[in-house]
Amino acid sequence: MSRISFRLALTGLTAALSLALIQPAAQAAEAGPKPPQLTWSFSGPFGKFDRAQLQRGFKVYKEVCASCHGASLVAFRNLSQPGGPEFTQGQVAALAATYQIKDGPNDAGEMFDRPGRPADRFPSPFANEQAARAAQGGAYPPDFSVLAKARTYTRGFPTFIFDIFTQYQEQGPDYIHALLTGYEDPPAGVTLLPGQNYNRYMPGHLIAMPKPLADGQVEYPKGPDGKSPVPETVDQYSRDVTAFMMWMAEPHLEARKRIGLQVMLFLVIFAGLLYYTKKKVWSRMPDGSPAH
Amino acid sequence: MAHATDTSTGTTRRDFLMLATGAAGAVGVGALVIPLISQLAPDAQTVAAGAPVDVDLTPIAEGQAIKLFWRGKPIFVRHRTKKEIEEAKAVDVATLRDPQTDAQRTKAGHEQFLVIFGNCTHLGCIPLGTAPGESKGDYDGWFCPCHGSHYDSSGRIRKGPAPLNLPVPPYAFNGDTKIRIG
Amino acid sequence: MSGHSSYVPKTGIERWLDARLPIIRLAHDSAVSYPVPRNLNYLWTFGGILVFMLVAQIITGIILVMHYTPHASMAFNSVEHIMRDVNYGWLLRYLHSNGASMFFIAVYVHIFRGLYYGSYKAPREVLWILGVVIFLLMMATAFMGYVLPWGQMSFWGATVITNLFSALPVIGETIVTYLWGGYSVDNPTLNRFFSLHYLLPFMIFGVVVLHIWALHVVGQNNPTGVEVKNVQKDTVPFTPYATVKDIFGMVVFMILFSWFVFYQPNFMGHADNYIPANPASTPAHIVPEWYFLPFYAILRAIPDKLGGVLAMGAAIVVLAFLPWLDTSKVKSMSYRPIGRQLFWAFVVVCIGLGYLGAMPAEGGYVIASQIFTVLYFGFFVALFVVGLFERPKALPTSIADSVLASAKGGSAAGVAAATAAEPNVKG
Repeated sequence: MSRISFRLALTGLTAALSLALIQPAAQAAEAGPKPPQLTWSFSGPFGKFDRAQLQRGFKVYKEVCASCHGASLVAFRNLSQPGGPEFTQGQVAALAATYQIKDGPNDAGEMFDRPGRPADRFPSPFANEQAARAAQGGAYPPDFSVLAKARTYTRGFPTFIFDIFTQYQEQGPDYIHALLTGYEDPPAGVTLLPGQNYNRYMPGHLIAMPKPLADGQVEYPKGPDGKSPVPETVDQYSRDVTAFMMWMAEPHLEARKRIGLQVMLFLVIFAGLLYYTKKKVWSRMPDGSPAH
Repeated sequence: MAHATDTSTGTTRRDFLMLATGAAGAVGVGALVIPLISQLAPDAQTVAAGAPVDVDLTPIAEGQAIKLFWRGKPIFVRHRTKKEIEEAKAVDVATLRDPQTDAQRTKAGHEQFLVIFGNCTHLGCIPLGTAPGESKGDYDGWFCPCHGSHYDSSGRIRKGPAPLNLPVPPYAFNGDTKIRIG
Repeated sequence: MSGHSSYVPKTGIERWLDARLPIIRLAHDSAVSYPVPRNLNYLWTFGGILVFMLVAQIITGIILVMHYTPHASMAFNSVEHIMRDVNYGWLLRYLHSNGASMFFIAVYVHIFRGLYYGSYKAPREVLWILGVVIFLLMMATAFMGYVLPWGQMSFWGATVITNLFSALPVIGETIVTYLWGGYSVDNPTLNRFFSLHYLLPFMIFGVVVLHIWALHVVGQNNPTGVEVKNVQKDTVPFTPYATVKDIFGMVVFMILFSWFVFYQPNFMGHADNYIPANPASTPAHIVPEWYFLPFYAILRAIPDKLGGVLAMGAAIVVLAFLPWLDTSKVKSMSYRPIGRQLFWAFVVVCIGLGYLGAMPAEGGYVIASQIFTVLYFGFFVALFVVGLFERPKALPTSIADSVLASAKGGSAAGVAAATAAEPNVKG
């Protein structure tokens, strides 16, 4: 590209962007502040889930969230598979048996309840969406199975381009954590109707879910000193349950990143070999003349 | 042109660089085949659903049989009569195509219950003889209508094209009338 | 195809087969002895990369179909079943979904390479038009594929795009109803899209065969735009020269592909598509996949339903007329001082339209889209006008001369300066 045409292109691009960038400021105000970017153990090319965190997150999910939010795509057996919370198979079988699963029809043509097995998926708290809405004053608590991948926020230009290189892709977890910790009193001038709550990070700020977590609400396993190794606070609960949700949404994340590294290493070496092979082939033209 | 091609294909192709590149390419293609093939194997859900199942045999009266499914395959459970047990035990094992004693095919102390896979060992049809009124073949067992295989009251092949006895699935008694298959 | 076949059967079996079905001769002539200009740069490897992508998409697609269920109530969960339960299912699904984006990245590079070097000009008009046909088929295939996971973006994308046809006067509504197989996007729509998504790649494959056939009849263009004059001096045999270069290009492209598949698999998708389709609520911010964004921006720029659809269609169809819209006799923009600037301005306009397509259709964005739409079509007008009076730089007398000139470090005045301005010339 010649210098003139490059400058022309640059001018054009600048003009286009300045024209287009007038808007986002107004939008951001409407959508609320951007969630803070947290450090997650599973981010980056070598990311792995923290087993203890996933196990704590599962406890929070089970004791707090599961009364309204299903996880219908996740099976009990998943809790013991590699790359997840890695509960033992015995723990999973015992856990599954504490749930009643609808099965049938039996020989009499009737549906019946039986204790859960590891192969069963988590039973949903409501029979269907309508039942959920009826019980929740019209709001539908979304299923958690892939929720961590279904939530995001706008990164904007040029951040989204940098994200390709930094591999930042935790918009979902960051948003969920921000939402869980973002409950506050409505600012002056905002009146809440019954069934509405104010949240800093919810688009539009009005959310049907009441503040779900409180400090000390979930008891974490004790360390050798008789105290939980992590604080039992809303912030920590939110981090843990969010990590667990990310694992539910992407249960093969660890395998993906591990295999990815192997593939990358191989491809780089293979490309290097091919480059020198190509140079060698092109070093002599078929008519015997040396290549330029 | 001809002689130039000779030097480039004759001597250089055999050198280390070419070999290494070719080998790396072969490794890459080989690695690519792994996911393409292993996706054909049963997936995690299918494997998990193939876990052992518990069956209560109490409702099966003497002389009756039921069909149930484990891992998508039919399993016959027959509560055999005295006569059927006698017949199965009286056979000279040496004359059988697939020699097995009746004791090898049942659990000691529970000889009245025969638990076998329900697919003909010829080409997989389901033999008749489980439901009342169905033909039990020439040997008081099962008869496969597809190609005419006869099984005896121990599920052993006696006549027809099937090569093997109806196999016994892995199972164990859990009390007198409860079994766990798998 | 071009010139005499140099295939000599070596064994008796080869001679026997050659007399009955000269398939080895065909392969030899088109992939071994086929002469390629010796000055091709790495932009020319994208043809091979595209063949690789098509094959990769077909293979991963066929495998995904083994595990996918095309039903409105099961499609979403069956995709998740692939992601969770099927052995390496997550890999195959991410390869396929990111593969679509990679396919488009490669095809856009390929198209812009053709634009820059005038690969659409005589005698390559049919070759170019076949390319536009492939592009159209690719867009249809990608769109229908995006519907299959039956998430929110699938559903609403299908609703919006099929509704484009309702802009047609008189028959529009009927066409839309026939596309849907009902009165809204629903299970019949999903089923027929699935069927067509499986069919179209094989039609693409067929047109690709024609595309390559046409290519081998006329021969490849090259960075100078000067046709091959002396096969001995200007070209090298496809194997091993182009083969090893193409494979190298492919592997480098695979590194980019793998980066997304393994590290950023959802970067080019939409979070909303992880929400199951819900006919009762449209996502707040609905946009198509990134590769449709420039055309989507043109659609929204026109404040008239039919006008918008026609403008969007024209934006693609106009490409097919490019061989006759560009009046310049010189192929390569490297020798066209004004044409080259037009080209880069066009690149900026297309990227700008892509950005605008992703933004909400309101206020300044709409005005910007309208300006850029005018600029988009203005490019073709300008190309027509500029070709009439532009004074191109001196062309090299032959491909071999241009290679020698650039090898000598640019002493040959205008010729060398022109080739040196193109940093990619390595061939």
